[in-house]
Amino acid sequence: MTVILGQMFTGISIGAVLLLIALGLSLTFGQMNVINMAHGEFIMAGAYTTYVLQKSISSAGISLIVALPVAFLVSGALGALLEWLLIRRLYLRPLDTLLVTWGVSLMLQQLARDIFGAPNVQTRAPDVLTGHITVIGGDDPLTFANNRLFILGLAIAAVVALSLTLRLTPLGRRIRAVVQNRDLAEVSGISTGRVDRTAFFIGSGLAGVAGVALTLVGPIGPTMGTNVIIDAFLVIVVGGIGQLKGSVIVAFVLGVLQSVLEYSTTVSVAKVLVLVAIVAFLQWRPQGLYTLRTRSLV
Amino acid sequence: MVAGAAALAAVVALSACGAKTNAGGTSDKAAQADVSGDTVKVGLLNSLSGTMAISEVTVRDSLKLAIDEINASGGVLGKKIKPISEDGASDWPTFAEKAQKLIKEDRVAATFGCWTSASRKAVKPVFEKNKSLLFYPVQYEGLEESPYIFYTGATTNQQIIPALDYLKSQGKKKIYLVGSDYVFPRTANKEIKAYAKANGMTVLGEDYAPLGSTEFSTIANKVKASKADAVFNTLNGDSNVAFFKEYKSAGLTAKSMPVVSVSIAEEEVKSIGSQYLAGQLTAWNYYQTTAGAANTKFVKAYKAKYGQDKPTSDPMEAAYTSVYLWKAMVEKAKSFDPEKVKAASDGITFDAPEGKVTVDGASQHIYKTARIGKIGSDGLIKQVWDSGKPIKPDPFLKGYSWASGLS
Repeated sequence: MTVILGQMFTGISIGAVLLLIALGLSLTFGQMNVINMAHGEFIMAGAYTTYVLQKSISSAGISLIVALPVAFLVSGALGALLEWLLIRRLYLRPLDTLLVTWGVSLMLQQLARDIFGAPNVQTRAPDVLTGHITVIGGDDPLTFANNRLFILGLAIAAVVALSLTLRLTPLGRRIRAVVQNRDLAEVSGISTGRVDRTAFFIGSGLAGVAGVALTLVGPIGPTMGTNVIIDAFLVIVVGGIGQLKGSVIVAFVLGVLQSVLEYSTTVSVAKVLVLVAIVAFLQWRPQGLYTLRTRSLV
Repeated sequence: MVAGAAALAAVVALSACGAKTNAGGTSDKAAQADVSGDTVKVGLLNSLSGTMAISEVTVRDSLKLAIDEINASGGVLGKKIKPISEDGASDWPTFAEKAQKLIKEDRVAATFGCWTSASRKAVKPVFEKNKSLLFYPVQYEGLEESPYIFYTGATTNQQIIPALDYLKSQGKKKIYLVGSDYVFPRTANKEIKAYAKANGMTVLGEDYAPLGSTEFSTIANKVKASKADAVFNTLNGDSNVAFFKEYKSAGLTAKSMPVVSVSIAEEEVKSIGSQYLAGQLTAWNYYQTTAGAANTKFVKAYKAKYGQDKPTSDPMEAAYTSVYLWKAMVEKAKSFDPEKVKAASDGITFDAPEGKVTVDGASQHIYKTARIGKIGSDGLIKQVWDSGKPIKPDPFLKGYSWASGLS
């Protein structure tokens, strides 16, 4: 019994990681139709930010807390810069954004290699996050890892913050207006260029936060972004483009599916089965889990 | 929606771009090393980027140390050694391409390097086709012999079997196998299962994660649920970082369920962090703490060159030793010609940091002492058991009846 519960928790925690890496992408790809291949490198930038901060702040706990907003700003600034330099010339040409941002992603990987060296690096997790809490004690204990709980909390906070921003703030209303009808938004007095840049800043900043979370589970390296970018696109496409709700549900479903299959088969077989399931699902519902039925976006 | 499908297709297509396949051109002519000037070139072929760089960069540094020392004392046959370093990038086809380049374009006299068995298997045909020598410095799964490879790390009976003997002597009867998904762990685990069957041990499960994988929560859960006595870990590269973080998060400790690792040495301990590893076991032939004058000198020279905080490790030591063994072979053969070097190899000895090693010319492996160590909270590994004397290499496990069905 505790095994099943433990696996459910593992699945949810994998889902939380998936959700975090996909969340920023759901804004830039889902809502703005920009296929940003450099999104993985913004995640990497967030992870390296954590690494740099830990070198200058000796307390692992404080450096992690500082890293969250700083990584958001660093990756967000990188994203805004990318938008201003290149992507704003390419709206409505999604396939071109793919090529351009892929080139940028390769450049950013090389830049990371030049600055931090080719070998992967690690950060020290604060002591409180290396332990676990015991939910059910006894002979066959059920334990939840603290770092996974932290990531789960982070993912929930990020979803709530993004969703509230899009629903309730003037900026959110402007983003939705621009996504629905760029020309009409422009003539209504909205500075679409500024809205684009801000939205891109937020989406990329969320990638930075995901990068901070990833330092808690694995190593940091120049290619870590390419390892996660495909998972992120899978979550968005299966969830339905532009559907935050779809991304949230699909991230957790894929996480649980992955962990259950891994437990009953092997890691490699589970990966194959998950991909087969995704292909089959997209045959049945090519538009993804949720479709844009109305003109509302969230 | 259309954009979504296009993006998905494009993402999949782009991710496939990394997989090139080409083991290099064809040639049956023996490679001619360029020894016309007053230098002789050798190739250093290591992953300087990617998931294996954590381990292989240190091997490259160690090879350079040996080359510097030899050059300072007059070189080989009156020629200074000029190293040509290439990056295998943790990618097997790249290893094969770079090996071809070193042999054909740079015309090196010998090549030192590779770490994973997959990279060695990828370059093996290149060295055999060109009749050029590779010195391979890392422990591996055995069951292999190539006329153009010298294996200076441990083979199975010098590392994995002593580790199993040690577990058995400690009363660890139920074991769980965790490894990276490629040739070394899969073959090693086949051998471990055969050993277990013959020695009254039970293998409760085996799990493989893709090389470079960082998602180990399910594997940790499975290991925990199995209630094994010990875990035999053949993970490679920085997957170990994620594995041990998860292991600790799952509440497993060196006390409750020790892990014996065959691919974690001092350098990896340092970067994974000893708080995750203290108390866990390793099986190697050398530790930085191994006693002996040759080791004191090696450790001192390495730290002087690369920094006082840099540890030395088994593969680094084997790499360092391999350059000296090559030098001794060349001097005995009085030639850089691979065939003559091979013919001269049998019985060559060297006072290595791990103790005296001897080349077994027939198998092109070397006699090595097995050592089990325990990782300390200072990041160093202390020996808890050794085989007492160098063990004769037995790559095909001919001396073990239970291994007769393996290939």
